[in-house]
Amino acid sequence: MAGNIPQNLKYTKEHEWARIEGNRVVVGVTQHAQEALGDVVYVELPKVGSTVSAGKQFGVIESTKAVSDLFAPLSGKVVKVNEALTNNPQTVNSDPYGAGWIIELEPSDSKELAGLMDATAYGNLLKNA
Amino acid sequence: MSRHTPLNEAHRRLGGRMVDFVGWDMPVQYTSVIAEHEAVRTAVGLFDVSHMGEIEFTGPGALDAANKLITNDLSRCADGQAVYAGLLNDQGGFVDDVVAYRFSPERILIVVNASNKDKDFAWMRSRAEGVKPVDRSDDYAQIAVQGPKVSGLVQRLTPVEVSRIGTYRFAEGPVAGVQCIISRTGYTGEDGFELYCAPGDAEKLWDALLKEGQRDGVKPCGLGARDSLRTEMKYALYGNDIDDQHTPLEAGLGWICKLDKAGGFIGRDVLVKQKAEGVKRKLVGFELTGSGIPRHGYPILKEGQRVGEVTSGTMGPSVKKPIGIGFVPAELAAEGSTFDVEIRGRPVSAVVVKTPFWKKS
Repeated sequence: MAGNIPQNLKYTKEHEWARIEGNRVVVGVTQHAQEALGDVVYVELPKVGSTVSAGKQFGVIESTKAVSDLFAPLSGKVVKVNEALTNNPQTVNSDPYGAGWIIELEPSDSKELAGLMDATAYGNLLKNA
Repeated sequence: MSRHTPLNEAHRRLGGRMVDFVGWDMPVQYTSVIAEHEAVRTAVGLFDVSHMGEIEFTGPGALDAANKLITNDLSRCADGQAVYAGLLNDQGGFVDDVVAYRFSPERILIVVNASNKDKDFAWMRSRAEGVKPVDRSDDYAQIAVQGPKVSGLVQRLTPVEVSRIGTYRFAEGPVAGVQCIISRTGYTGEDGFELYCAPGDAEKLWDALLKEGQRDGVKPCGLGARDSLRTEMKYALYGNDIDDQHTPLEAGLGWICKLDKAGGFIGRDVLVKQKAEGVKRKLVGFELTGSGIPRHGYPILKEGQRVGEVTSGTMGPSVKKPIGIGFVPAELAAEGSTFDVEIRGRPVSAVVVKTPFWKKS
């Protein structure tokens, strides 16, 4: 069930991933999360320019059956959102680490990075779940 | 500890994602709700619905005893015919919605929701006159086979001429060598059969349908697809859309209430009065015109005031729109009426549309 856990990403216990790109961080949900959600049919995105807080809800993801909150891995300002998900939310299922990314952040506190898991720790979390 | 149907092992082997559903361990999906939904709309799907209850009336007076409890009229049916009906309380609210099968005037089988089985049985025991019902739920497994390719599939497995079984009719005979009640009924809006068999035979029947159905593109389907399929048809789900506080007239199910039937039925007088006075609230189907997905329990607003509630909603996989069902004041029930659905504190516009949402092209 652990599925695909790329080594170059950081993870949260809420099954979000974060990819650090210079002073930006791209955020999405993991392979495990998309599998658990089932067919994603709607993603409610935050506004560009809004601020998010680590561990706090920043959006909503809905599958055919369930409504789930999306939690920010890091605090910061939203600089981009994946508008393509509005028309093609199922991209989260088909390519969770690529075209299914959700938001891009400008983190406000680099110290928070230390609170994220690496791929090994996240893999252990899934194994022990 | 959830109860298991006779197909529990089969679901696990097929990779079903098991969840507790009203005390039963059932598959919500095997691969994808949308793919399973599509299989039923375009090919054929299999559903384990063995958790449903079966309550039987047998012997002289069986028909009259059962008929007095339900809103539809078994006396107008032929043997081998089934009807959809309400089982009402004295206030006209739903105790349950059921399908009643008339084998003969001396054998009536009433199929009830799993969630309500014990309540229904106690209700029927306490209110039935003459013949007392028997709970036969443990004697039946049930597999629903639904989709446009169903008749070819079932026909290849049975000597019974299935083309002669009309809608809401049933026959008895072997399917894949398993003795079944072969009922042309369903909950998907597609052609389909519901096959009732002995629990010990269920896996043999299930496996045969899966194997023989390969060339039709058969898929095992979970509760998720069952829900999205029925929602696109605006078929009511007990506990979501209908309950003991709402009458069939409010739910748009006046057609299952035979107010003039000989002997009447429990709840009839309330319905007669309600019909004369007009209902104050109605169950409607709507589409969201704003963005979001309506869900059970979301408030319905008109000019900022709460006037009703969403009872079911989903992103319709076939209609490809966010659709919902909900109770609204009668003056907002006409097609084209507009209101808002409150989604996470935000009003999202909606319009009442003609139902079923899904129409076969």
